[in-house]
This record gives sequence, structure tokens and C-alpha cells, in this order.
Amino acid sequence: MPATTSVGFGEILKKNREAILSDWARELSSMLSRQKDLIRESELKNQCADFVEQIIRATQAGEVSNIQGPAWSGLRELLGKISASRALQGFSPTETATFVFSFKKPLFTKLREEFVREPDVLFRELWTASMLLDEMGLYTAEMFQKSRESVINRQQKEMLELSTPVVKLFDKVLALPLIGTLDSARTQTVMESLLKEIVDSGSEIAILDITGVPTVDTVVAQHLIKTVTAARLMGAECIISGIRPQIAQTIVHLGISLTDVITKATLADAIEVALDKTGFEITQVARQN
Amino acid sequence: MERIPILRMGEFLLVTIQVDMHDRLAMTLQEDLTRKISETGARGVMIDISGLEIVDSFIGRMMSHISSMARILDATTVVVGMQPAVAITLVELGLSLKGVHTALTVERGVKYLEESAQKRGRGRTNGRRAH
Repeated sequence: MPATTSVGFGEILKKNREAILSDWARELSSMLSRQKDLIRESELKNQCADFVEQIIRATQAGEVSNIQGPAWSGLRELLGKISASRALQGFSPTETATFVFSFKKPLFTKLREEFVREPDVLFRELWTASMLLDEMGLYTAEMFQKSRESVINRQQKEMLELSTPVVKLFDKVLALPLIGTLDSARTQTVMESLLKEIVDSGSEIAILDITGVPTVDTVVAQHLIKTVTAARLMGAECIISGIRPQIAQTIVHLGISLTDVITKATLADAIEVALDKTGFEITQVARQN
Repeated sequence: MERIPILRMGEFLLVTIQVDMHDRLAMTLQEDLTRKISETGARGVMIDISGLEIVDSFIGRMMSHISSMARILDATTVVVGMQPAVAITLVELGLSLKGVHTALTVERGVKYLEESAQKRGRGRTNGRRAH
């Protein structure tokens, strides 16, 4: 009797909605005592009601094999939203997935009551429902992770922007204090923000200070040279400063040629060169006392 | 046929590229410019590429070729107003345009040309300079 399969537990869910929901709520509060601190009861109740509503709707459409089908899009969306909000509220992945898995007990209890005389049907319905709920649980965990990843990505981006400030030192002189390792993505950001600033401020000289760069290998050097070349193409000159003795040794040992670039040991030296090139001079004023 | 105008400014030539370059246009410019340099005896060439937003390796190479050709004809070349995106593209293409002088603005480009003309003028005896 294939007709039973498609209506099966969905029908029962619809018939016993209120009873199952209250059972589930009890189940949830006993399983996750901590949730009370993190989420309001009314919100949780709404989510439960929506969840059941979506399952009923999807099972009525007749699709019970997997939750990737179009009939389940409403439920997937709901689970995605729940996972994302759980991730922000500080739930663990287990706790988030438990929200779905805890639905099994009240549902299965009701199923048993309904099909107590038909063990074959009962088994089939249990199996279908169990499979679906497992999929939902996994989907929840996946969405949870995705929302966490998006948070991490955003933070990474923010850090990238924070770590590449272009500073105007003086008229026509820019400084770019680099901190941390230079990878391709960062070099791109550094280059873009530097070139943009060169155009905006009409600067002639840019000082790349690498005091905060822990190591310089061939890749980092390559990126530095790229930045310097791009700035030169725009018509600005670059000075690399803050080269520590170890880094100077490494650069030479690696056979990297920095002959086309002005290099200075400290930022102060670089500033002096820059001022000299732009025609300024810093002098000490004789003080009275 | 489409051509890029070459303007004469005293002893310098000014080329302003306002449209996207395609290969034929670049070749035409190369020919026109070299002819113009030898005709006018120009001492400097300024190429303003502030309107250029897309470059490929061919255009990049063309720029350094023009610069080398102008040098052989005894004119200094300066490329001005390169857009950041263009600079990044050229670097990623591995074209550093060695030997091409660059400047941020037309004003600074003119200054550079005048300076280099003056420097070379000292060694030369002809009085082609206008003042």
C-alpha cells in the first residue's frame, strides 16, 4: 500500500500536532537545560511550531525520500535560519542538532500509538521519519558551520583592512607600515590601497616599512617587488625600510635582487630620504634654555 | 581610420589616449609617433594614459617599444596618469616597463621632460630651444 507511505507520519503529525508539540517542548527543556539562558521560550516555541508546520506541508507534497527536493525548501530555509541564529546565540553544534533530533521521541511515540496493530507499517514509517530527521540534523549542523565560517570570513576581511593602513606622512610622502606575513591576498589589498592613495593624494614617494613582517622569503620579496613596480608605473617612487639584519642576510642568501629599490634600515632614514627627494629638510631649532 | 592625435607642444609631443587601445590602433600610433618625432625633432614625448582602463600584454609591450624607439630618435618618453588597476595588471603580467619613465600627473611629466631636456641641452650646441 504505497499510499500510506506518502501520507503516513505526516498525517499523524497533522492530527496530533498540539500533543506532539507539547511533548516536544517538554523533551527539549529536559534535554537542554542550558538553552533557557540563551533563548527565549516563546522564540523556541515559535520555531518548534514552524518546524512542524513545514514538515506537514512537505510531506503533503508527497516527497519523503530526501530533504533536498523542492518540497522541502521551506523547511531548509527555516533550518538555515535557526542554525544561523543558534550560532550567533552561542549554542554548540551538538545543541543545535539536538533541536532536530529531540523531535524523534515525541513523534515516534505517537507513531507507535497509531500503528500498534501494524508492525510493518510502523517500521516503515519509523524508518522514513528517522532518515528524514537524521538528514535534517546533519543539514542543521552543516548550516551551523557555514554561518560560523561566514563570521570567520568577515572577521578575516576586517583584519585585512585593519592591517593595511596607508598613512600620509608629509606632503607627497606616504607610509605603509606592514605588519604580519604578506600573502598574495594581502599584497593585493596593500597594492590596491597604496595605489589608490597615491592617486588621491598625488604623492611622489611611498615608504614600505616592513619592521612588522616577521620573515621575508622569496614569495614575500616577490610581492614587495610587485608593489614597488606597480607604484613606479604610477609615477611614484618606493622606499623599503625597516629591514632587520637577519632579513638582510636572508634576502642575500635567497639571491633576491633589490637593486632597483631604495632600501633603508629604519623608518627614520627612509623619511629623511623622502624629504630630501621632495625638497624638504628637517632642522633642529636652537632653543633658548 | 581611427587614429590617436599627436599634439605638438613646443619641443615636446603630447599623446593622449582616451579610448581603449586595440592592436591595430597601437601599431598606427607607433608609426605615427616615430614619424612625427623625426619630422619635428621633438626632444620629449608625453603619453597620457589616464583614460586607459584596459591593458593587455601587447599594449604593455607597445609602450616600452615606443619608449625605446623614441630614445633611439633622441627623445625622452614619459608615461603619465596610469590608473591603479592598469599598474596592477601590468605587474601581474610581468611587465615592469623598465626604461620607461612614469609620472603621476601631466604637470609632473612636463617638469620631468623639461629637466631632462635641459640636462641634455647643456651637452648639445644647437639652439633649437625656443627661449
